[in-house]
Parts: sequence; C-alpha cells; structure tokens
Amino acid sequence: MLAEHDRAERLTEIAKAEGLYEEIHLLKEDGTLAGPVDDIPPEVMVAMYRHMVFSRAFDRKAIALQRQGRIGTYAPFEGQEAAQVASAMALAPEDFVFPSYRDHAATMVLGQSPANVLLYWSGRVEGIRSPEGRHILPPSVPIATHVLHAVGAAWASRYRKESAVSIAYFGDGATSEGDFHEALNFAGVFHLPVIFFCQNNGYAISVPFARQSASRTIAQRAIAYDIVGVRVDGNDAFAVYRAVKEARSRALHGLGPTLIEAVTFRMGAHTTADDPTRYRDQKAVVEAWQKRDPIVRLRLYLESQKLWSEADEAKLQDEVKRRVEAAVEEALAIAPPDMEMMFDHVYAEEPWHLAAEREEYRRTREGVSV
Amino acid sequence: MSRMLNLVQAINEALDLKLADDARVVLLGEDIGKNGGVFRATDGLLEKYGEERVIDTPLAESAIIGTSIGMAVNGLIPVPEIQFLAFIFPALDQLFSHVARMRYRSQGQFPVPMTIRTPYGAGIHGPELHAESVESFFAHTPGLKVVVPSGPYDAKGLLISAIEDPDPVVFLEPTKLYRAFREEVPEGLYRVPIGKAKRVREGEDVSVFAWGSMLRTALKVAEALERERGFTCDVIDLRTLYPLDRDAIVESVQKTGRAVVVHEAHKTAGLGAEIVSLINEEALLYLRAPVKRIAGFDVPVPFFALEDEYMPTEARIRAGIEETITF
Repeated sequence: MLAEHDRAERLTEIAKAEGLYEEIHLLKEDGTLAGPVDDIPPEVMVAMYRHMVFSRAFDRKAIALQRQGRIGTYAPFEGQEAAQVASAMALAPEDFVFPSYRDHAATMVLGQSPANVLLYWSGRVEGIRSPEGRHILPPSVPIATHVLHAVGAAWASRYRKESAVSIAYFGDGATSEGDFHEALNFAGVFHLPVIFFCQNNGYAISVPFARQSASRTIAQRAIAYDIVGVRVDGNDAFAVYRAVKEARSRALHGLGPTLIEAVTFRMGAHTTADDPTRYRDQKAVVEAWQKRDPIVRLRLYLESQKLWSEADEAKLQDEVKRRVEAAVEEALAIAPPDMEMMFDHVYAEEPWHLAAEREEYRRTREGVSV
Repeated sequence: MSRMLNLVQAINEALDLKLADDARVVLLGEDIGKNGGVFRATDGLLEKYGEERVIDTPLAESAIIGTSIGMAVNGLIPVPEIQFLAFIFPALDQLFSHVARMRYRSQGQFPVPMTIRTPYGAGIHGPELHAESVESFFAHTPGLKVVVPSGPYDAKGLLISAIEDPDPVVFLEPTKLYRAFREEVPEGLYRVPIGKAKRVREGEDVSVFAWGSMLRTALKVAEALERERGFTCDVIDLRTLYPLDRDAIVESVQKTGRAVVVHEAHKTAGLGAEIVSLINEEALLYLRAPVKRIAGFDVPVPFFALEDEYMPTEARIRAGIEETITF
C-alpha cells in the first residue's frame, strides 16, 4: 500500500513539475492579467464578452419560463459561461461538437439558435437540429456516453485526412463513468484529434467532487492514458480559450488528444427540478463563487483596455434583451407539433408495422370507428 | 462462378468485398486484426486493407460501439464486431440510448449506418456467457434492425445488404453454424434483402418458423416427419427478426392452418411470442390448432454440460409439431 502511495505521490510530483495539472490563470478576478494574452485578438475578447452576457440573460430567462410553466424542465449553466463560450470560440465551423444537456452557451456560440434551445426544453425534437453546415450533435442525456462518439468522429476525420477536430463537453460526474475511461483510452491508443472538455462545476446533481473522485483533479487522469492534461480556471475566458486553441492545434498536428479540466461552478440548481439547498450551503458557495464571476472580470479587463464602455454596455443590454425576447417569441409561437411526427425518422424507410401503427393512430385520432 | 463455402468463409468474403468496394467501410473490434477474429471471420483482412480499415481495438465493448457511432455520424460505415453476444451487455447503453435513437433524435440529420456483427447462440460448448440468444432485446428497440442468417449463401448476401443499409443492423451469426456445413456461394457482390423471410421447405400441414441454428434442426425434423408419417411442413427461415416479414408468416399460416415457432432463446417474452401475436392478429380464423412455441427454457443458459438439453432438441421439436398437427 505504502509503495503504491509513494508511487502515486511521485507521479503527482512529476506531473506538477511538468505543469500537467496546475490550474492555469490568465485573467484574474480583479480583471488584471496573470500573463500575456497577445495571442487573443481584442475583437475576440469583445465577442466573448457579448456571447457571455447574452448566454446569462438567456439562461435566466429560460429558468423564468420554466417557472411560468411555459417550457419544461431546464438545466441552467450560470457560472459556466466562460468555460462554454470561450471553448466554443476556439473551435472552427468544421469541427464536430458533442454537447451534454447543459452546454447551450457553447452550442449557441457555434450557431445553434436560442429559440431552438427553448424548443428542446419544450419537448420538441426540432430543437436539437444542427444549424446548416455545422456538426452539433444532439445533446447527450446519458452521462459520458457521447465522449466516445467524439472519439469516433475524430477517428473518421483523421481517416479522411480532414482538418477537423471533435470535442466532447461533459461534467465532473461523467468522469466517474466507464465510458469516460474507455474514451480516453481509445483516444490515447490511436492518438486521435479529439478534445475532452470537462467543466468541473463541483457537483454531479448533489454529489460533490470530493465524493465523486479520489483523484484530486480531473486533469491528472490524463497521465494514466499518456495524453496531455490541462487544468484551467474555467471562469477565466482567456485561459479556456487558449487551452482549447492549443488542444485543437495539437490535434491537427497529429499530437493526439487533450483532456481539459475547466474548474468552474454551477451557480444554480442541477435542473429546475432540483433544490441545491438540500446538499450545499447555497448562499455561502454562491457568494464565494460570485467573486470569481467570469463575466465581471472580463468586463473589468475590457474596460481597462478601453475595449468596452458604459455606453457599449447599455447598448449590449438592450440588444440582449431584444434577442432573448425574440427567441422566446419565436419558440413559443411555433405551431403545435404534428403528432404524427413521432413516427418519422425511426428508419430511413418506414417498415410495415410502423406504417400500420401510423395508420391506426391516424384513424383513431380522427375518431372514426373501424 | 460459385464455390462451396462455410458460413464463416461467406462472412469473411462479404467483409472483404465491401472493404474493397467502399472506402467508407471500416472494421473494428477485439482480436479482429492480426488474429483474424476468434472465429476467423476477419482472417486476412488486416493484411489486405491495413490497420486504418481493420482495427484491433482495446478490450472495451462500449467503446467499440460508441466510437462506431462517432464514425458513422462523420461519414464512415463502421462494422464493429463484438466477440460474443453476451459481451455486448456493457455496450447496451450505447446501443439502446444512441445507436437506435440517433436518426430519430436528429430527425434524420445524423443517421448511424453500421452493422454490429456478433456470434451468438448455443451449441459449441463454450464457457459461460458464450451461448446467449437475446435477440428479442434488440427486436424490442425501435431504430435497430435484427438479422440472423442460417446458411453461407444468405450470410454473405444479408451481410452485404446490412452494410449497405442506411440504418443500424444487429447482425447475429449463429456460432454453431460457422463451420457446420458448406453451401454454394457465388463470387462477387450480391444482396439478400433484409426484411424478407425464405421458405426453405414447402408443406401443407403446419408452418414452422425458425432462424439461425434452429432452422437446421427444424428442417431435419420436417424431413423425418414427412418420411415417417407423411406430414409436410412449410418451413420458413425468418432471416430478419426486425422488421418481421409479415406477409410470409401470414400467408403460410393461411395455407396450413397450423404454426409452430422454434427458437433457442428463452421462451418468455421471446420473439416467438411476437410471432404468435402476429398470427393471432392477422390469421386467427385460419387456425386449426393453438400456435406452439418450442424454445429455450426460461433458465440462464446453462453451462455446456447441460447445453444440448437447454436448446430445443429434435425430439422436442418433433413432439411439438406432431401435437400441433394432431390437435
């Protein structure tokens, strides 16, 4: 036991010395820099900010809509805007994106329409259609299963010698699943162009990370698979952006996969059906994490660089409000679904028994007795 | 040109031809490369097509199916092999949650054409969990197709059709038949349609429905019954278990007025129950006797010392058919 422990300690020390899972910070909580950011163009910084502000407003609106009974259960992401927005901005349109059900800020950056996200949470399958020309897969509901899909898509890209990477978005809970292990193992063995992007938001519903995993970080799991592991401040948009950019470049240069752990926090409930006060001191943790708010610190930085002003902010707030309202209107104005849709797209061609069931449904729905 | 091939050779040839025919086709699985598969179904293919196309994977069934999904949504046509059917259990989440549902959830945007090949069924005296036949799991899952060949000719033609099918196909290869007999198999690509059953013996007194290795056993019984008692059986090889060939089933029962379903899977909630229901719905008034199921017992597939008694024997099948005819 002791020998094993010593070995783990030694590996940890080596990993630390190699900078394998030291938490990387670029943009500090007070809006000052911890290192140079010359590789991030100012217009990207501003765009990040705009996306993050929009995402938060959208998220809060979605919760309100659920409370009003206008959409179904919803999974909020407030607090995770930097992790999602900055990672998505580091991708290219041709990349394959495998989100979970909490990653709407990322998918909206990549072109998913906000109205579609609301539709999805209104129980409409149309809401998970990928925008034209993009490869945004339907959000995975089972945990960690889609991490393997990203590995497979990366495999196909490399097979066809296409310059695209795949990215899987998942949470800390997913790292306890067997599929997470299998995905890292396959990606490591075959050196695939895939990015594993974990938003460690502290809780898998009610179970805190300390109970989720005996390993102190998620990034350190990379050592076991001999792949690159990176741990970044997930509320630091610059650090996240650079980590994903570098991972993408590594992948495209044939240097294999990267596991990124973005340390962040879910400010609200797991879903609108969850009550976080049952398992954490909600007031205290939210206050603590508010100091690390990803949006506040980015704004402070932009202002210090004269990239943002009060007037810009007022204009943005107006615009965001309009866009959110427009998305709500669009989503809620959509015609009720044609119930027969449930029979569509089960197979490329409808088999006889489905055609018969569709016909039976049609007859009985119209109240025609047979 | 055609030659005499056994079933595993026919499978190998189908894979070979599709690899040559379509660069999108890749094979992946445990031991399928250098080893050529534990049953040699992929023998020689690594040498011919290289390790980008014929991939020896780590031992991880969920990953084999899960990464195949990613390949399929990104334009490849993966043909994953699961070494034995019961080893697919760790991958059932991938199969049920994603393979079967991806086309539906994405409303046709991300279909996942793939053919999951796996040896299945009892009769080779393998270790525990090497003899299951849980085809009803898959047939109960909308979005999947389930295909079971019972001979070399069909195996090759059905496998080619499965790989070319736009939907995911679970392709169950009866382990017992891999090397049991040879049949004339044409060279080159040909297709046996999915969703179509085949009448393998013409008869008037009873319809016998079977698939996989049970088809062979049922056929032997049918031959003996005709020879010894003059009863003729309409023996139908279902070949595709989902979707079933309704017309073939119903027409045969309308002709004979009697039916027996033979399968080695457990009886309760097995495919036999589905076939009996279909007959009830479509041909009840033609029946002259209750439809009988001769099936594997509702016990865990026993260790191989008892295996032969678990599977429907010729004696059990014979008794079932005779009782149905003389009801």
